[in-house]
Amino acid sequence: MSLPHGVERRDFGGEDRLATRGEPVYGEPTEDGWRLWDARRSKLGAMLEREMDVGLDGGDGVLYLGAASGTTVSHVADFAGPTYAVEFAAWPARDLLDAARDRDRLFPLLKDARKPETYAHVVESDLGAIVQDVATRGQARVAAENSRFLADDGRLVAAVKARSEDVTGDPGDVFDAVLDELGERYEVLETERLEPFHDDHLGVVARPRER
Amino acid sequence: MNERSSTGAAWFADIDPGDMGAATEAIRERTADAPLNWPSEAIDAEFADDEADYYAKLREATLESTHDAVREREKADDQQLKHSVRAMDDCDRTANELAERVAEWAGTLFEDAGTGVDGARDLAERDPAGPTERRVVSLAERVASLADESDDLREYVERQAGTVAPNLAAMAGPVLAARLIALAGGLDSLAKMPSGTVQVLGAEDALFAHLRGRASSPKHGVIYTHEYVRGTAPEHRGSASRALAGKLTIAARIDHYSGERKPEIDRELDERIETIRARGESE
Ligand SMILES: C[S@@+](CC[C@H](N)C(=O)[O-])C[C@H]1O[C@@H](n2cnc3c(N)ncnc32)[C@H](O)[C@@H]1O
Repeated sequence: MSLPHGVERRDFGGEDRLATRGEPVYGEPTEDGWRLWDARRSKLGAMLEREMDVGLDGGDGVLYLGAASGTTVSHVADFAGPTYAVEFAAWPARDLLDAARDRDRLFPLLKDARKPETYAHVVESDLGAIVQDVATRGQARVAAENSRFLADDGRLVAAVKARSEDVTGDPGDVFDAVLDELGERYEVLETERLEPFHDDHLGVVARPRER
Repeated sequence: MNERSSTGAAWFADIDPGDMGAATEAIRERTADAPLNWPSEAIDAEFADDEADYYAKLREATLESTHDAVREREKADDQQLKHSVRAMDDCDRTANELAERVAEWAGTLFEDAGTGVDGARDLAERDPAGPTERRVVSLAERVASLADESDDLREYVERQAGTVAPNLAAMAGPVLAARLIALAGGLDSLAKMPSGTVQVLGAEDALFAHLRGRASSPKHGVIYTHEYVRGTAPEHRGSASRALAGKLTIAARIDHYSGERKPEIDRELDERIETIRARGESE
């Protein structure tokens, strides 16, 4: 499958690695203006490495939930269109702000992804994708609540962390339960475990059901 | 399809395109049930000329608004800082008190038992012979872990003080900054105090009473622990602590009202203290 436009495999130290074009953010290696996108540090990167069809086109509007210090969302903003980065913890948001200052269309928002009404007056409708990496309990609900931002043919691209839902449960069972709940609002297109890049994480690509 | 909500909820609705302060606040305060195509709504409402202009304005407003929101949350951590520095002092004091008890007791059992927290740490590593030694060694272990907790708390305070109050922490050092915030009850109360009050903050504090045993002047509170007071000749300490308290008060106000780092106030204080000390030498 092909990578989103603006994401390329480039040569870093003799190896072909994922990269995007933009200002460096977290001390990652760069080569001719291309920044190495390390799948071990990014679940979306791991999904691309696992060759999942995330359905992201360069230029799509993106809502990114759980932006943390901006590691992944900075790569997304490098190739996507307007990118809205939602994070609710103040401490990583300082770094997120720095990443956003170096980019034209990365909009940081200190908001709670469980309360989309607190940012629906800012984030535009009909987005091409929601990228979700919130690592918190209730990941399916967060995805459902935010489906209002997606275009009819938009994509949910989520990394589901088993331990966030249930610390002791078997990850397989936890994923089944999350997918089940996700199915109410979305049609799941593809799932893939993200090992060896991220333990006990499931990559999910889904599209909203007709409303 | 999305339910259409009125544009009244948009972040830019009824906002003058030149008034970024209002836009910034709208991003933080307003809500809407459903999103709309905000770029085109904004162009229709003549808030933005075109898409590029809309995103430029959105960029400025979200950066500013999120910066303010982050700063507000960081500032609100002053209460956590207050508790952590108090807990640190409690752990310290308790560890020292218990260490004395351990030393006294251990002295009757082990010939080479040391004193203080280090002595207790040393004892905690031993293999006790018999039930009595077991009690002493166990008590020494509590001292060691209390001292460890105090070290961890100090590390946390040192990391956190600069986030809550960057200028105050740079000038006072993180631990003294945290103590001043704790004694005042919070960063906002500290920022509202006259510098004369800041100068004597903590003079009643039990910890300081202990320090004061070695100090002569009752003219300063916890700021006595700052090198600019302690390291100044006794006859000029009054001026030094007045100068320090004055600048600390300014630092706290900047932290409370803007939060931007202003290194020039440190330099002003450095120069002022130099002058005070030089005056001493020439007399
Ligand atoms: C695993 S980290 C994300 C890492 C990031 N996506 C990256 O790859 O650069 C999860 C983040 O989600 C944030 N988070 C958790 N619950 C959230 C919520 N309800 N709303 C917004 N952010 C949330 C956490 O504060 C944390 O920063």
